[in-house]
Amino acid sequence: MPTLQAELLVIGGGATGAGVAWDAALRGFDVVLVDRADLAEGTSGRFHGLLHSGGRYVVKDPVAAKECVAENAILRRVIPDCIEDTGGLFVTTPDDDPAYGDRFLAGCRACSLPAEEIDVAEALRREPRLNPGIRRAFLVPDASIDAWKTVWSLARGASAHGARILPYHRVIDLHREEDAVTGARVRNEHTGEELDIEAGFTINASGAWAAQIAHMAGIEGVGVIPGKGIMIAMNHRLVNTVINRCTMPADGDILVPIRTVSVIGTTDSRSADPDEIPVTQAEVDQMLDDGERLVPGFREARALRVWAGVRPLFQDEKAGAVADTRDVSRTHAVVDHRERDGVAGLLTMSGGKLTTLRLMAQDIVDAMCAQLGAERPCRTHAERPPGNEDGEPYSLGSRLRRREATLQDEQLICECELIGRSRLEQAMRRRGTTDLDDIRRSMRLGMGPCQGGFCIYRATGILHGVGRLDGAEASASLHGFLEERWKGVWPILYGDQLRQARLDDWIFQGLLDVEHLPDGELAA
Amino acid sequence: MTAHDGHDVLGDLMRASLDHCVKCTICETFCPVSNVTPLFPGPKYAGPQAERFRIDDEPSPDASLDYCSGCGICTQVCPQGVHIAEINTRARAQLKATQGVRLRDRILARPTLAGRLGTPVAPIANWSLGNRLLRLAAEKTLGIHHRAPMPRFAGRTFQRWARRHSAPAAAGRRVAFFHGCGTNYYEPRLGEMTVGLLEHNGLAVEVPKQDCCGLPLQSNGLFDDARGYVHRLAARLAPYAREGVDIVATSTSCSLMLKREALEILGMSDDPDLQVVSERVFDICEYLLAMRERGELKLDFQPLPETVTYHAPCQQQGHGIGKPALDLLALIPELRTIETGASCCGVAGTYGLKREKYDIAMKVGDGLFAEIAAAAPDRAVCDSETCRWQIEHATGVRAVHPVEVLHRASGLA
Repeated sequence: MPTLQAELLVIGGGATGAGVAWDAALRGFDVVLVDRADLAEGTSGRFHGLLHSGGRYVVKDPVAAKECVAENAILRRVIPDCIEDTGGLFVTTPDDDPAYGDRFLAGCRACSLPAEEIDVAEALRREPRLNPGIRRAFLVPDASIDAWKTVWSLARGASAHGARILPYHRVIDLHREEDAVTGARVRNEHTGEELDIEAGFTINASGAWAAQIAHMAGIEGVGVIPGKGIMIAMNHRLVNTVINRCTMPADGDILVPIRTVSVIGTTDSRSADPDEIPVTQAEVDQMLDDGERLVPGFREARALRVWAGVRPLFQDEKAGAVADTRDVSRTHAVVDHRERDGVAGLLTMSGGKLTTLRLMAQDIVDAMCAQLGAERPCRTHAERPPGNEDGEPYSLGSRLRRREATLQDEQLICECELIGRSRLEQAMRRRGTTDLDDIRRSMRLGMGPCQGGFCIYRATGILHGVGRLDGAEASASLHGFLEERWKGVWPILYGDQLRQARLDDWIFQGLLDVEHLPDGELAA
Repeated sequence: MTAHDGHDVLGDLMRASLDHCVKCTICETFCPVSNVTPLFPGPKYAGPQAERFRIDDEPSPDASLDYCSGCGICTQVCPQGVHIAEINTRARAQLKATQGVRLRDRILARPTLAGRLGTPVAPIANWSLGNRLLRLAAEKTLGIHHRAPMPRFAGRTFQRWARRHSAPAAAGRRVAFFHGCGTNYYEPRLGEMTVGLLEHNGLAVEVPKQDCCGLPLQSNGLFDDARGYVHRLAARLAPYAREGVDIVATSTSCSLMLKREALEILGMSDDPDLQVVSERVFDICEYLLAMRERGELKLDFQPLPETVTYHAPCQQQGHGIGKPALDLLALIPELRTIETGASCCGVAGTYGLKREKYDIAMKVGDGLFAEIAAAAPDRAVCDSETCRWQIEHATGVRAVHPVEVLHRASGLA
């Protein structure tokens, strides 16, 4: 059995795991990170894209709010290329109690959150599509953050400091020697090959799957509640500022302009199994109604796709059963299994949110250092991971600007997300993947209005050329991508997206007859 | 049409129409510009695609957008109802608002200014326009291509003629004539023929005082100035519209501005004068054909044993009224009319006059010019003035408005 040795094994390649790998690698630890799938393929890649100002929590959860206030400022500094400074508005819709605005402002002051009430007319000038019936508006430093870019930037930064990042390596067992965890056995999900990782320390950053991982070390009852939330991406920027309803946090009260789309979110319901998170028609309807409350005409606008993510909510053992997952604190907790279960060498991150990923990583690596008796201070508040070195913030027009330089020489592959051939080929080579969905997460390939209808057959051909795939493997990759896209499209098939789906269907079935492509036993 | 103060609802609808794009690419197969030059990435790219990367009121980073000629064919052919040309024009204005508009474009965008300056000194002005050395100098200093088809000053204005013109005694229904700048300064004879033809058919023609419609300003990205012109013109014409008097126009692009573009592109749907005017403006051929259908048009046309080609300009097609000129010309005995198939002559108002765009415009028009040359007609008929100047420049065939042919066939010449 091949074996890898490391000082630290990080389980989970989402925002938390990548943050931990970056933090620990910067402190000089030798790190291996594994994920059962692609990086940010789970919860991190399935959120609305909101970098919280903290405003959402000032009344209900001031601890979480204060963390957001501090981390929002730090992330803007260290990963500017992942963040768009959209600003945020909290608005009192006709259905909301205007008095909450006073509690909100008081909460902001208590949490040192710079919030300012502005005239409704001013808010409408800034966001002309907003519901003209709003009664109050507060400006806060919300922003939107690209989770995939963030996670990959942190992972690349960790790699540059010696970390080994292994996506598609599923943990099948944790090694335990008496009262300590000493590593894990993982399986390469592409080749089926197994690998032993011997690690002095293990951090369980698997989010909603944390209890399943802990269970492999014989530890039971790790309190993580999977809380499901659905989100719908609308075809273009209906707003350019994050819009929040100024009420106690509820469903469908956030509209986030992130890159080329606006995302309405979200719901919150307890889910028994983090891998079973279906989207229901009722949830879709609810989101569209909620969108209508913020932006009249929302239902007529084009919905691109819907998806569900699953939050890893921390349950305090003392709090007992929780009926509404929204009442669970949004802050995080480091579960020390030496104290809790008498098992050394293992820490679990529980709870948390993307906005505080840096702080979460700092806290858990600090806890590791304490257990190891190591004195290595955190540096993530002052270091910029790859892609962010120049300190330039992301702007929506950046791809359009870049494209302008190569307009005449380079074939455009993904028209919606403006991906040219050379960048696509680079990404395919860099990722070394045969999976078009991996490329999608790296570049947003096929994520625009046509949902891959016009780019995926092109990309498949290019992957065939670049990726040393034979025809059958390339066809299988195409199939896999189309099925994955279809899942997110069918629950919102109405209006414009229905017309698009029919055209796409005609291209793939009528013109290319993809169902009968010879992809052998790989076909689903 | 406004939901709250200053909110351009119709403009929002134009932008929101990008949601209807299914990437079918029909607009790009029809775009006359992107088919002849790689400098313009095409209407789908510049429109519904690029628009998702733009933020309202912020500059667009794609300077290639400026190579759109604004012909509007993309909007006409889109089977999904995306207002592609309108999205592009608005984005172009945003681009100009930050880049700044060069002196040349500011001059070309104000035909009334050039008209007022050139008319009293027409012989010198026209000599200058024909002088190669001066034109080369103008190309170098201003950026107006030395071969560009600049119109010649008539040396008199149509307005002056109209003030002195005495209408026949037994005139019937009133109609207001919106003649535009081209007629006023460069082709007053077209105005005279239009008045003659309408009076011949029993109408009482009134010629309101009027100025530019703002279209050249709009095309050159000077939206605020364009709004000023539209606002003033609509105020001049509104009293007629309110009294139920129809407004007929010989310039298809200027009338389209009043009918639709100022509302959709300039976002002027809250101008009450424009609201009533836009409902009352008719293209002259549209109007004459409607009269024909009501039995109000005199049909005793004299035979014209000659051959003409007919080209419907892009802006005329933007009216969505078909090609009424063809039906009218068909009423004339012995006239042989050959309808051309090419979509665009390339000039698109002021686009083809510019140094960096002249060659593109000529290439766009290649197909049309070849068709006209092959037909070897006595005249090339076309509704739009700048297209006529472009056709004459490229083919040497005399280009006239349909009114000219109808006027002769009515025995009025």
